[in-house]
Amino acid sequence: MIALSDYLVVSAILFAIAVAGLVLNRKNVIILLMCVELMLLAVNTNFIAFSRYLGDTAGQIFVFFILTVAAAEAAIGLAILVVLFRNRNTINVEELDHLKG
Amino acid sequence: MSVEKIIFYVFAAILIASASLVVTTRNSVRATLFLVLCFVCSAILWMLLEAEFLAISLVLVYVGAVMVLFLFVVMMLDVDYAALKSGFVRFLPLALVVAGLVFAAIYSIVSSVHFGLEAYATPAAHPAEYSNIKELGMLIYTDYFYPFELAAVLLLVAIVAAISLTFRGSRERKVQKPEWQVAVNRADRVQLVKMAAVKKEQAAPASDAASE
Repeated sequence: MIALSDYLVVSAILFAIAVAGLVLNRKNVIILLMCVELMLLAVNTNFIAFSRYLGDTAGQIFVFFILTVAAAEAAIGLAILVVLFRNRNTINVEELDHLKG
Repeated sequence: MSVEKIIFYVFAAILIASASLVVTTRNSVRATLFLVLCFVCSAILWMLLEAEFLAISLVLVYVGAVMVLFLFVVMMLDVDYAALKSGFVRFLPLALVVAGLVFAAIYSIVSSVHFGLEAYATPAAHPAEYSNIKELGMLIYTDYFYPFELAAVLLLVAIVAAISLTFRGSRERKVQKPEWQVAVNRADRVQLVKMAAVKKEQAAPASDAASE
């Protein structure tokens, strides 16, 4: 039988890989967005595993809303990326320092 | 070893392998395609957890829409992706340390000591006539109706934001300008000219008049 901890460990590994990706690809905004999607995937897997093993469907409702928000986030993020590339001709995070942050 | 367990381990292995290829590969198009593989594998894991509706919608919404959007943007932008990968080796030890710390922190909580089979036994599979969509629908349209409406509004806001961010207008558009139309005077457009009446010489043959 597959234990609840098996699913949780898989999504923990997925989350750790996504964090490593954020550190590794700190220049490419597109890969950064993909890493955020991977993190959300790990979180969603946790939600569904708990929903199954605790017998509570509310966890799946949460995943439903997370999917909605993530789709909206990806669409707006990519729109901002396209506008950024049009104006600055680069997507390198290190060159996007006009706000002097 | 049961069939379920074999499926779980095979697809979990593919999921983790493709996730690590997403963050390490040099080519952004390939990274996007590996991310698609990640989504498909975790859809199968969700199927094992009997969340059929969400598994299908993950494939439809993510693989079908969001990842295609990613592919469009990756292919459309003329970026030298190889240059963006510089410093990869320099950050590799730091990335491994951070990932190891994050994993150790999560694993100390979710290990089989706390969430093993003894603590949470695998629930019995649902009967064949059980409908996951029906149960989700019952919850969404009763207890979670207000958040559901909010999610719809959120998607509308996302549409408006994405279009207004990227729309540049067009110089060749033929649009009406209402304020110009309202501001028009009759005197600017119409000129009445007085002229004497002129009578043409009747030269037409009689047959024309007869035919009428």
